[in-house]
Amino acid sequence: MAEIELRHVNKHFGPLQVIRDVSLTVKDREFVVFLGPSGCGKTTTLRAIAGLEDIDSGDILIDGKPVQTLRAAERDVAFVFQNYALYPHLTVYENMAFPLRAVRMNRAEIDTTVKSVAGSLGINHLLKRRPSALSGGDMQRVAIGRSLVRRPKGILLDEPIGSLDAKLRETMRVELKRLHVENGSTSIYVTHDQVEAMALADRIVVMHEGILQQLGSPADVYEYPANMFVAQFVGSPVMNMKTADMRETAGKVQVSLDGTDVAFDFPSELAGKLSAGKAQKDQLMLGVRPEGVLISRDAQDGYVELVAGIIEPLGSHDIIDLKVGDGILRARTKSAYVSAPGQKVWARIDPAQAHFFDATSGISLGVRF
Amino acid sequence: MAVVSTRAGRLGNRIAIAAVIVVTLIFLSPIYWITSTAFKPLVLATSVPPTVVFEPSITPFVKLFTKRAQLTTPVDPAVYEAAPWWEKLVLDGGERLSRDGRGEVVFSAYPDRFANSLIIAVTSTLLAVSLGTITAYGFSRFRVKGEADLLFFILSTRMLPPVVVAIPMFLMYRAVGLNDTHIGLIILYTAFNVSFAVWLMKGFIDEIPKEYEEAALVDGYTRMQAFFKIVLPEAATGIAATAVFCFITAWNEYAFALILSNRRAQTAPPFIPSQVGTGLQDWTVIAAGTVLFLLPVAIFTFLLRNHLLRGMSFGAIRK
Ligand SMILES: Nc1ncnc2c1ncn2[C@@H]1O[C@H](COP(=O)(O)OP(=O)(O)OP(=O)(O)O)[C@@H](O)[C@H]1O
Ligand SMILES: [Mg+2]
Repeated sequence: MAEIELRHVNKHFGPLQVIRDVSLTVKDREFVVFLGPSGCGKTTTLRAIAGLEDIDSGDILIDGKPVQTLRAAERDVAFVFQNYALYPHLTVYENMAFPLRAVRMNRAEIDTTVKSVAGSLGINHLLKRRPSALSGGDMQRVAIGRSLVRRPKGILLDEPIGSLDAKLRETMRVELKRLHVENGSTSIYVTHDQVEAMALADRIVVMHEGILQQLGSPADVYEYPANMFVAQFVGSPVMNMKTADMRETAGKVQVSLDGTDVAFDFPSELAGKLSAGKAQKDQLMLGVRPEGVLISRDAQDGYVELVAGIIEPLGSHDIIDLKVGDGILRARTKSAYVSAPGQKVWARIDPAQAHFFDATSGISLGVRF
Repeated sequence: MAVVSTRAGRLGNRIAIAAVIVVTLIFLSPIYWITSTAFKPLVLATSVPPTVVFEPSITPFVKLFTKRAQLTTPVDPAVYEAAPWWEKLVLDGGERLSRDGRGEVVFSAYPDRFANSLIIAVTSTLLAVSLGTITAYGFSRFRVKGEADLLFFILSTRMLPPVVVAIPMFLMYRAVGLNDTHIGLIILYTAFNVSFAVWLMKGFIDEIPKEYEEAALVDGYTRMQAFFKIVLPEAATGIAATAVFCFITAWNEYAFALILSNRRAQTAPPFIPSQVGTGLQDWTVIAAGTVLFLLPVAIFTFLLRNHLLRGMSFGAIRK
């Protein structure tokens, strides 16, 4: 098991720059998730680490050694493909034994290794089958088994459960986590599903248009998004993002949204914190997740009166749209707390859950309460 | 779609089955004709109307493999008694077998020509399919400059009608001493088939996800090993289909074989009709030669039938 490091990696496909100056270190035994929208370069980065794609500049190091000159076979990493890439003409057993045959391991050893890995994945009964006779979940187990048998330095997984149905994805997620805990293999996992990323990752790498946006623990990325892209990409439902206007009247700090006169109270330290973050006055954006919008059915001090729009009942909680000017502010409430659209409610923004960004650069101003 | 067993549906099915039977009969009738002729006595071979019921005999096959001469005087009964059963068949027909100085039966040229056909068709098929597969793999997996143009060029080698190139080929072959050699025909058929093999195989290899090889590359294999261990088995269906097509083309080729070979390397197709001109026109012998000639293609196709059924759809229904 080993450390994987990227230093200023760049990669073009023709005129299109797919990876832009990406640097990061995946520590030994760490589970890192690359998260980003489709086409942001996650797969390309992973393939570059595996040696399936050349990079234009920068260094990729495995265990401190640059590997650009090494063939994929010599890098000692395993790759799990989105379509599993199980060899149709080989049985499950042979598929899993395939990497071991490359290193000319003897028969008996292959047999014990394959069977013990198959055992830990619960696929011992499938060993004689062909991949075409397996369900999606089992194919995926076999693909993961094939990557584990060799005990490689690192395991690279490219949306391994992306093509499974939602229920199975959840089961497999738990299983993947368990396997990682058991094996402790350094893993890089690619996905565009932020729930998957949050659930699995020790650290998340958020990518967008080939640029590393933020690298941090799931809690970090969720609670302190580095910029507007991360803020809106991570979390569901999406974070509210409004142009904000800060006013100081009679020692009271208020922030109005979207140029309307709907203004929420904030602690008076806000002004100081914003200027410390070098905020420009007319370049302010406020982001708040629906759970950061607190709702009351009765008028309360510091709450603003708003009208409820569409209500999405989600079982454990509701998401309701509050009308703010022409736009909406989404809030999360207990189930059936607000009974019908059109109802009057009172809302407040929890300052601890508010995020301020620079509108032009999109970068977080680092305001925390 | 579920099969709906309505009255109209059943009637439609019956009509379809009847049509298939008729078409099959039409297609099989020449084969029946040539096969039945191969087992007929000479007198019945040309009877009008054709004889359908007769006592089959393998006399034509004995004649096919031997050299014979007309009997000028009735055969000596003692000699007749001493002859093996197959020689009697010939003697019954008013011919005797030619024998060499040591009294051994002289074989006709047919076995040699048949062997030539086999050697040339098998070798050229192996070459065309291997070259075609490797080339197709290259085109399919690597970024080749001017790929489309090159592929078109490869196909364009098939665009000239053979008649047009026959004379130049003959002159060239004579100049370099390839006339009437096995290697000459092998080269020709390989060149002829390889373009076809490249195109066909490219279609099949394109269908194989490149992740299969990449998985092998990551798992510690070289590209060469990945090709042999993964791509080849995955392409087996395509290889089988391509091989059958190449084999049939090489096996049946007539025009060039006629021009470029006459003896040592002559294949069966020009040899069989050449028998028509020599002496008495024994159609049963020609039919026997033809029937034997049909067998290898039939056997080869039969052996590969499972692959072919999948392969004919050009990989469209893989998996
Ligand atoms: N071989 C290639 N040639 C040219 N462009 C490519 C190639 N592979 C990928 N690209 C392009 O590079 C960009 C990044 O692709 P990549 O596959 O890394 O994205 P991704 O983040 O994995 O997306 P997805 O979530 O859709 O898998 C895309 O715009 C894609 O079209
Ligand atoms: Mg991808």
